[in-house]
Amino acid sequence: MPAERGATVEFRDVTKRYADQVAVDRLSFTVPAGRICILVGPSGSGKTTSLKMVNRLIEPTSGAILIDGHDVLREDPVRLRRRIGYVIQQVGLFPHQTIAENVGTVPRLLGWPKERIRTRTLELLELVGLDPDRYAKRYPAQLSGGERQRAGVARALAAEPPVMLMDEPFGAVDPIVRDRLQGELLRIQGELGTTVLFVTHDIDEAIRLGDRVVLMRDGKLVQYAPPGELLAHPANDFVAQFVGADRGLKLLELLTVGGADVDPDTLRETVDPNAPRLTPTMTLRQALAMMLQSDAQVGVVFDGDRYVGVLTLAKIGKMIRSDA
Amino acid sequence: MTEGEPLVRWDWVTGHLDEIGQRLVEHVELTVIAVGVGFVIAFGLALLIIRRPQLEAPVTFVTGTLYTIPSLALFVLLIPYTGLSILTAEIGLVSYTLLILIRNIVRGIRGVPADVREAATGMGYAPRERLWRVEVPLALAAIIAGVRVATISTIGLVTVTALIGQGGFGYFILIGIQRFFSTELLVGAVCSVALAIVADGLLVLLQRRLTPWARAA
Repeated sequence: MPAERGATVEFRDVTKRYADQVAVDRLSFTVPAGRICILVGPSGSGKTTSLKMVNRLIEPTSGAILIDGHDVLREDPVRLRRRIGYVIQQVGLFPHQTIAENVGTVPRLLGWPKERIRTRTLELLELVGLDPDRYAKRYPAQLSGGERQRAGVARALAAEPPVMLMDEPFGAVDPIVRDRLQGELLRIQGELGTTVLFVTHDIDEAIRLGDRVVLMRDGKLVQYAPPGELLAHPANDFVAQFVGADRGLKLLELLTVGGADVDPDTLRETVDPNAPRLTPTMTLRQALAMMLQSDAQVGVVFDGDRYVGVLTLAKIGKMIRSDA
Repeated sequence: MTEGEPLVRWDWVTGHLDEIGQRLVEHVELTVIAVGVGFVIAFGLALLIIRRPQLEAPVTFVTGTLYTIPSLALFVLLIPYTGLSILTAEIGLVSYTLLILIRNIVRGIRGVPADVREAATGMGYAPRERLWRVEVPLALAAIIAGVRVATISTIGLVTVTALIGQGGFGYFILIGIQRFFSTELLVGAVCSVALAIVADGLLVLLQRRLTPWARAA
């Protein structure tokens, strides 16, 4: 499927004030079409409030939110919501409907013909990895937590929305299932090109999934950057603390051997024969682990059969310090 | 009871099957009308309460007060206005269903999980669609539970309406008492109880039919 369906989402000076408290404070950022933007921050930072203002479950006090340039406040909320996918942590599948009926919800609301809804439903169940023969006629109570969340994602994507909002969707599943669901979200998003706004309080999830990360605190945007930049150049102490003292190691997860400063002049024959063999597509984190385990202090990089050069611990350390 | 008279004279029973059948029809009619009309009124009031929670206290007060009026007194008090009519009987019978029906409908709809409600709104259900396609179906178990209690208590109450000439099986009980005839009294009582049990069973079946997901877990 072509990656052309995503919409640009722009927050323009958005504020949400409750009686005596500012939940979101003059928030401005733009998510380019087809990207995954993660809203992350401690509880009470305003990330969920911000997300819910996009589909108007919460109305902003002032400011504007634009989807492909159209102000959501000028649209009928019910019609608007049918064009925006929505996934929440507790999933919220309808217990009285089968999985197929749940997935067909928005197309049904939009009045699609029955046959088209059926085809689309089967297609989506396949997409999220739920075998239609096994799952279509089951009720939500008959599914595991991970399966329910897959069904929730399928339901959100049913009417091909240009934007999908996800509010801690993988917060209630165990780490192994979460890891798999994260991987599949990346695959599906890559196939469909949907713009995704995703709320989490888990910085590792933000780093893994995000093209961009909005880090919030007390309703304010603290830093808006790609994950690598957040790790390499935290805007202040709060960001540095939030991403963790091990941010250097997290950064290695995002960098590859191919992007590292490999020394091509050292001859292969002069290197410790026990040095591990690395490939350009490996993450630096994997490379580091192999180098530490082999006790060789260096790794030899091969692109296929071609010798590229030597990677040293010192070079890796330098990348963490400066994000070269 | 008369000396030497057996508790049940089976020849009376076999000789009155036609009348028993006719009283059964009456009894069912009175009950169905009462629960049906009561349900429509209760549903409307329950929706009002859902929309405006401040109405819950006054509605509960009024229906609760109606519920406490002794049935015999209520029927007799209504006679000057509506006579010995089916209307008199139904006004009383309907009044007694309201408290339990309203409470169960309100409780059922409020019991819909918050995440389901939020998902429904977030996906673009308009409020009315959400009510009919999500909230009411999910409230069905509680609603039908209320209908079961209302039906059983109405079937019992219909025996009292015999006093104002709208009897069903209550007619047998009334005549049985007047004539000191245990057979007729027992036929009235046993048939009324049997009808209640059958009606309750049918409602259980209806609930299973309407809520297939409840057995799927």
